[in-house]
Amino acid sequence: MTQLINFSINNNTLTLSLGGAFVHFEQTDQLYNTANSAPIKKIIVTSDNSLKNWDSSLLLILFKLKNIADTRKIDFQTQNLPDGLSRMLLLATAVKPHHDTPLNHHDPLLDRIGGYWLNLYNVFMKGFDFAIDNISALLKFVRGKSVTRKVDFLFALEDCGPKALGIVSLISFMVGLILAFVGAIQLKTFGAQVYVASLVTIGMIRIMGAIMVGIIMAGRTGASFAATLGTMQVNEEIDALKTMGIPISDFLVLPRLAAMIIAMPILTMLADFMGMLGGGFVGVLLLGIPASEYWKYSWQAWSMSSFWVGIFHGFVFAFIISLCGCYYGINSGRNADGVGVATTKAVVSAIVWMIVATGIITFIFERLGI
Amino acid sequence: MIKDKIVARHLQVAYGPKVIIQTADFAVKENDIFIIMGGSGCGKSSMLRVLTGLLPPAQGTFFVNGIDYPKADDDTKLEIMKKVGILYQSGGLFSSMTLAENVALPLQKYSDYSPSTIADLVNLKLSLVGLSGFNDYYPAEISGGMKKRAGLARALALDPQIVYFDEPSAGLDPISSARLDDLMKDINQNLGTTLVVVTHELDSIFNIGTNSIFIDAATKTLTAHGNPHDLLKNPPNENVFNFLTRGRENAKTAQ
Repeated sequence: MTQLINFSINNNTLTLSLGGAFVHFEQTDQLYNTANSAPIKKIIVTSDNSLKNWDSSLLLILFKLKNIADTRKIDFQTQNLPDGLSRMLLLATAVKPHHDTPLNHHDPLLDRIGGYWLNLYNVFMKGFDFAIDNISALLKFVRGKSVTRKVDFLFALEDCGPKALGIVSLISFMVGLILAFVGAIQLKTFGAQVYVASLVTIGMIRIMGAIMVGIIMAGRTGASFAATLGTMQVNEEIDALKTMGIPISDFLVLPRLAAMIIAMPILTMLADFMGMLGGGFVGVLLLGIPASEYWKYSWQAWSMSSFWVGIFHGFVFAFIISLCGCYYGINSGRNADGVGVATTKAVVSAIVWMIVATGIITFIFERLGI
Repeated sequence: MIKDKIVARHLQVAYGPKVIIQTADFAVKENDIFIIMGGSGCGKSSMLRVLTGLLPPAQGTFFVNGIDYPKADDDTKLEIMKKVGILYQSGGLFSSMTLAENVALPLQKYSDYSPSTIADLVNLKLSLVGLSGFNDYYPAEISGGMKKRAGLARALALDPQIVYFDEPSAGLDPISSARLDDLMKDINQNLGTTLVVVTHELDSIFNIGTNSIFIDAATKTLTAHGNPHDLLKNPPNENVFNFLTRGRENAKTAQ
C-alpha cells in the first residue's frame, strides 16, 4: 500500500489528508512552501482509517507543519490521527527549542591581542613550573624521600629500555647506512671514500645517534606517556590522586622521568654503535674498503669528547620527552579527542624542544671548544 | 498473533575459558519491554554484548526476527543490525562530532533520504528526546543525562524495531532517570518498538518492564523469567526475592 497525501486550502484553512502507508516517505517542499506563504489562519491534519503503517517520515511532516504553525502563530489541529502518532507529535513538541544566550561582550582588538600573548606566557610558565616541580621531585627521589612506587618505575624502565632496543637498533643501523651512502657519493669525487668511516663515526656519536633516539622515543614512549596519563585524566584517576593528597609528580611523572633518564643515554650508545655498524656495512661490503682500514679510520675519528656530547644530548632529551609527554597527558581534555590532541602536542612539542635544545647545546659547546 | 522478536536457545556466554552464563533460554516478544536483571557482575552486560553481535556465543544460539544471528552471513547480519538501535551506558557518542552529526550518521550511511530531509529528521529525533536546539553542541559540552538522551536519539534514527539499553539509569539523578523511563515507555507504546533493557534499578524495572529474566551470579543461569510484578508476588527462589526487595524483607523478618 502506498501513501495517500492531499492538501487543499478552503476558508483560510490548510487541510492535509493522510492515508495508506508512510514508510521512508520523502515529502516535497510544495506542502511546506504553501504552509509557509499561503494566507491561512489554521492548519488541520486529518487521516482516514487506511493510515496504518507509518514511521518517522510521517511524523516529520506533522512536526514541520506544527513548527510552521507555531512560527506563524496560527492554529494547528489534528483529527482522527492514530493515537501513537498524536502522542509522538506531542512528545516532539513538548520541549521548547534551546537557544543560546549570545554574549554581548566584545573585547577591543588590543585587549584580544594582549590576552593572546598573556595566555601564551601563562601556558609557558605553567610548563616551566611543571618542569621545576618535577626536577625537584627527582632530587627527592634520588635521596629516597619520594612516594614513587618501585614497580611503576620498573615497568616504565622496561618500556623505555628493553622494549625499545629493536626499533632503536634498526633505525640507527639504517641511518648509519644512509649516511655512509650519501657521504660516499661526495667523497668518491675526491677519491677519499675511506673517510666515510670518519664521517659516520663523528656524525653518529656526536649528534645523529642522540637525535635519532630522541625522535624514536618521542614518537614511541612520549606519545605513550601522554596517552596513558590522558586516559587516566578521562577516567578521573588523576582527580582521585589529587583529592587523596598524593603528589602527581611523585606518583605519575617521576617513574617515567627516572626511567627515561636511565634508558636514553644507554639507547644513545646503542644507536652510536649500530650507526657505525651500518656505515661499516656500506663501507666494507659495498664500497670495497678493507675492514681493517675502515675500523682504523673509525677509531681515529672517535673522540671521547664527541661521545660524551652525544650522551649529554641523550640525557637532555630524556628530560624533554618525558616532561612533554607527562605534561600534556596530565593536562589532557576529558574525552577521546582530548587524549588525541594531548598525544599529538606531546610528540610535536618534544621534537621542537629537542631541536631548540640541540641548537643551544651546540652553540655552548662550540664556545667552550668542546 | 504476537511474534517472538528475539529467541535464545541454550545460549552460553563466556570470555575464553571463563564462563559467565552457563545456559540461557528465553524469548522476547514483539512490543515487550524486556528487562535483563541481576546483581553486579552477574553477566547482564555480557549477555547484551552477545545479543548485539559484539561477542559470539560460546555455545547455543539466538534468533532475531526468526534468523539465526550467529550463523547468518555478514550481509544478513548488517540488515538485522540496521533494524536495531543500541544505547550504550555512557551514550557512546562520537566526541569529535556534534549531536546533529552523531544522529545523522546512521541516516547518511543507511538511508536514501536527501540531505535536507536528514537534517529535518535529526531535528525531529533530537526534539523527541527533548534536545531541540542542541544540534551544534559537542558531547563534552552537555550533561550525562543529555548524553544518554542524545544517544537514544541516534539509536532511534533509523526507526529500529528493537532498541537495546545498557544500564540507562546509571549515573542519572532520580528525575532524569524517571524521564528517561517515560521516554522509553512512549517509544515502546507509540512506535511499537521492542526494548531490551539491562538494568538493576528496581524503580525502572517495576515502572517499565513487561517481561524479564533474572541472571543468578551464583549459579550462572537464568533463575526467573516473567513479568517483574509477577516475580515479586511469586518469587521462584530466594535470590530473586532478595533482589526485587533489596533484601529488606529478609532484614525485617530477622528483626
